[in-house]
Amino acid sequence: MSEILRLENVSRHFSGLQALRDVTLTVNKGEVLGLIGPNGAGKTTLVNTICGVTPANSGKIIFDGKDITPIKTYQAARLGLSRTFQIVQPFAEFTALDNVAAAALFSQPGQSLKVAREQAMAHLVYVGLELQANHPAATLTLAMRKRLELAKALAMKPKLLFLDEVNAGLNSAEVERATKLIHELAASGITIVMIEHLMKVVLNVCTRIAVLHNGALIADGAPREVIENPAVVEAYLGQQYAKRNAARG
Amino acid sequence: MTKSNIALLVLLAIVASLPLFGGAYTLRLGTIACMYAILALSWNVVGGFAGYPSFATAAFFGFGAYTTGVLLNKGLPLWLCVVISAVAALLITAALGAALLRLRGHYFAIASLSLVEVLRELVNNATDLTGGGMGLNIPLVSGSGVLAEAMSFFYAMWILLLLTALMVMAVAGSKLGFGLACIRQNETASSMVGLNTTLYKSIAFGLSACFVSAAGGIYAAWVHYIDPSDVFDILYSVKPIVMALMGGLGSPLGVACGAFLYLALEEVVWRNYIQIHTGVLGLIIVLLLLFLPHGLISLRPANLWRRVKHV
Repeated sequence: MSEILRLENVSRHFSGLQALRDVTLTVNKGEVLGLIGPNGAGKTTLVNTICGVTPANSGKIIFDGKDITPIKTYQAARLGLSRTFQIVQPFAEFTALDNVAAAALFSQPGQSLKVAREQAMAHLVYVGLELQANHPAATLTLAMRKRLELAKALAMKPKLLFLDEVNAGLNSAEVERATKLIHELAASGITIVMIEHLMKVVLNVCTRIAVLHNGALIADGAPREVIENPAVVEAYLGQQYAKRNAARG
Repeated sequence: MTKSNIALLVLLAIVASLPLFGGAYTLRLGTIACMYAILALSWNVVGGFAGYPSFATAAFFGFGAYTTGVLLNKGLPLWLCVVISAVAALLITAALGAALLRLRGHYFAIASLSLVEVLRELVNNATDLTGGGMGLNIPLVSGSGVLAEAMSFFYAMWILLLLTALMVMAVAGSKLGFGLACIRQNETASSMVGLNTTLYKSIAFGLSACFVSAAGGIYAAWVHYIDPSDVFDILYSVKPIVMALMGGLGSPLGVACGAFLYLALEEVVWRNYIQIHTGVLGLIIVLLLLFLPHGLISLRPANLWRRVKHV
């Protein structure tokens, strides 16, 4: 498998707080990498650092063979790095359609508004929001806004897609629906890095798991191996989960 | 073209026919009306579309007035002076914008306000070029009569207003306008979808400056004498904002109507309450903003009907 993203000793601190410590990680084309860890472990910061929101203080980030460490956010978006937000970030006054059109318009240089709107409709249909196309984003439910985020991310024609807790705050029926969508996306060949707390979803969807704790990478490997790793159990999953998991085999 | 854009063009055509109905006073009022509308429509690009509350309008106005004034004294024709003022303002402001527009909200408002003070002090101290606090005399442009001159300045200002309105409409319907609306709603999300926010904001800031600067130039030639406290008056920054709020933020038609309404109020109040006119004007503005928060543009028949149904 060829690699699409490589982090070399990436560190980031916010004054005294060391959010990322020497993270070295590769993501291969076509895989679904789960990024897990306790609250405050640096998962979102890692995504922000790759996308140029909070540039790395040291280390190197290589995407598709190019060094993108000092890149600006909008440039990262145009290269094919797209993401959804843990806390959804819609353009509240715009309709769902224009939200997605904005993503299609500005991520592809030379795109026209008309074409962008047509493409946007296709993405809305894909995530099941076609009936809400002309509703202002502010009136959508949380589950719909999460799907809107996904449609926006897809409209950017991503090579690498970061999903930041797309299932947080959803009920189990909605989670099931979202999981199905992620499966379909992975099957269509998009490389996905997902931050997720629901272990059921992680084990169901991911082909590999990386675990962050206090900004450092403490485990990286196949899902089954990682959840039995004592360090991961200690830092994140807890003894109870390990016992239950062991009992179930 | 949308209905409200057509309505705006019709409104401008009506304003153009003003000289048919009156003498020197009407012409003076018409010229100021056009000037106010230029200021308000220009402010709308950065304040209404992009959501950045700029207080720099007076800086652009004074910059244009002095650029044109100094160049006219060097013997250049008026139209060339005005074009140079506009282009210089566009370029300088876009470059300044790249730095200033990193600030948001109140911080940006204060920074843009300081631009006015900085330029005023520069002009005050560059005595050799601008006459400093003594002001600057500007030669008469033509040897024609008083009324003919008033007429030509009215139409110069009107044409500039037409150009401003066309620019604002073009921006509103374009990719640039769409991007500015994205920035107003959520700047973080905008850059995340690949929008170069710094570039878009700088263009918006530049566009909001160039026509104001040209209007300042025509104003200078019109009044023949300018001094720093006149053309760098902070009221030139505040009035366009009030007009835009009165008319309806973001809507070109609303903003133009707001400018005309403001001038009408200012004139009526000034005539009737000469001693307390600013106080009365302030009171009216506060009342209007309290009871009509979305401006004149929200008074469309459809909206009124909705309000009635709501009751």
